[in-house]
Amino acid sequence: MRPALVIGVGNPYRRDDAAGREVVRRLRRRVRGDVRLAEHGGEGAALLEAWEGADLVILVDAVASGAAAGTVYRFDAADGPLPATLLRDSTHAVGVADAVELARALGRLPRRLLVYGIEGEHFTAGVGLSPEVRRAVRGVVASILQDLQAGGERDG
Amino acid sequence: MREQRLSVRRASAVKRTKTIKVNYLARVEGEGALDVRVRGGRVTEARLRIFEPPRFFEAFLRGRRFTEAPDITARICGICPVAYQMSAVAAMEDVCGVQVEEPVRLLRRLLYCGEWMESHALHIYLLHAPDFLGYESAIHLARDHPEVVQRGLRLKKAGNDLMALLGGREVHPITVRVGGFYHVPVRADLARVAEQLKWARDAALETVRWAGTLPFPDYEHDYEFVALRHPTEYPIIEGRLVSTRGLDIPVRDYDTHFVEEHIPHSNALHSRLRVRGAYLVGPLARYNLNFDRLPAAVQQAAREGGLGPVCRNPFQSIVVRSVEVLYACEEALRLIDLYQPPQRPFVEVRPRAGTGYGCTEAPRGILYHRYTIDGNGVITEAKIVPPTAQNQKAMEEDLRAFVAPRIDLDHATLAWQCEQAIRNYDPCISCATHFLTLRVDRE
Repeated sequence: MRPALVIGVGNPYRRDDAAGREVVRRLRRRVRGDVRLAEHGGEGAALLEAWEGADLVILVDAVASGAAAGTVYRFDAADGPLPATLLRDSTHAVGVADAVELARALGRLPRRLLVYGIEGEHFTAGVGLSPEVRRAVRGVVASILQDLQAGGERDG
Repeated sequence: MREQRLSVRRASAVKRTKTIKVNYLARVEGEGALDVRVRGGRVTEARLRIFEPPRFFEAFLRGRRFTEAPDITARICGICPVAYQMSAVAAMEDVCGVQVEEPVRLLRRLLYCGEWMESHALHIYLLHAPDFLGYESAIHLARDHPEVVQRGLRLKKAGNDLMALLGGREVHPITVRVGGFYHVPVRADLARVAEQLKWARDAALETVRWAGTLPFPDYEHDYEFVALRHPTEYPIIEGRLVSTRGLDIPVRDYDTHFVEEHIPHSNALHSRLRVRGAYLVGPLARYNLNFDRLPAAVQQAAREGGLGPVCRNPFQSIVVRSVEVLYACEEALRLIDLYQPPQRPFVEVRPRAGTGYGCTEAPRGILYHRYTIDGNGVITEAKIVPPTAQNQKAMEEDLRAFVAPRIDLDHATLAWQCEQAIRNYDPCISCATHFLTLRVDRE
């Protein structure tokens, strides 16, 4: 199997938005050489390039769904579309969910793609995660380590 | 970059549908809304509300070293960081009285070509084309025409790779510094990207021809176009500021002729020409003011795309962008051909108290920076005017004219058409919470 890839998406200077990046930073000390780690700003088209050639891709991003801060979501792209809202919602860029669906339409999805969402609380300019988000980051790190061990074939 | 609602089926133990919003808004800043006022069946007002970030940056640049401005301001935008870096270095070199050597100047131009390619290809294929072809998004377009979207993505990647090579990484390049570059490529590095650029040049020519076949609304607006103008080059990193109504000034006179105003309905400052008001910057403006600076082959391609030397239909900006992608490919290949690594990658720059001015052509139009520094090189004042802020007034005037004959359309159709009209400008609204919120106030 080709190496697995974990991508942490976010803006490091927008507090909880950096949750995905923080997950990847923590993973650096915990994974072996056959797992690649990347931090990413989240521009969608570039994501397609970033995961080119990887079999198992795990993407981590902050979300704001209105749920309690630190709530963790886990999606498996194989279970069906992440119904990206319409691109016409934007004038300027393609987001993470759009990237996943674009890749699906183009046959460029990795063999296995898992997406983690971590509910953030503060997205204002600045650095540092909220306590709940920091806790959630620890949980996601543990969960991803399990995913990697199982080669992505783990349910929930 | 934008907040969007997703209805996502969770793959965890809880199998149910849940609605969440993925917060892109957190990543770039922005919220856009359009308020239209109708009185007596006539559109009396169209107001675009935009939130934009440079104001914060101006404040926290104060007290920083003059050498930090390129890296700090690059963070304003993930789509056009090179533009911010280039305007910042231009302003700092201006205040310090430094002129970079020609190879360094050309390398900057080459780096900027990468950004134009990347930014324009993204906008053309993933954001704008679906509007004309009747698709809700690039995802839907990709399902029916994967080869078109693949071409766009590959074209964008060619720009990415050029930027990554020169800039050290794909976004927020780290090689740029006041006075030049920290690191410059060797000729062999550039030869590698040249192969890809040759493919990109062909793809860009196809793009121009293809974009020219899209159905454009019959609509024109009488803009005052403002762009840089250089004695010999199509403008990217320098030139005088000129307009289609006679403006012709050096960059340092910008503030004498342009003014920014706080207006109640938007967080973005409104920029206007002191004498005449609204003006337009961006690809359309560059093209109209500099058609004669394009190489003959690119001019010919523009004609094949259905353009003359003058284009006032904002919807055709997609063709103009395609022409500029072709130009960027041609220019990049020319610069690579000429390239000799500079003797010194940078010149030492000593701070000198004063004010410096920099203006370059970001993909969306002129980006103006002004800095005042003290004798120790500490920034005491910063001013940054991004293209979108400059276009805001023109966008509103344009929308007012565009909406007027369409005001009886049902709300959803009208909102969608207005979004398309706004997308012509590729504005850095940086993506709205629910772009676009349209409010029509009818009496």
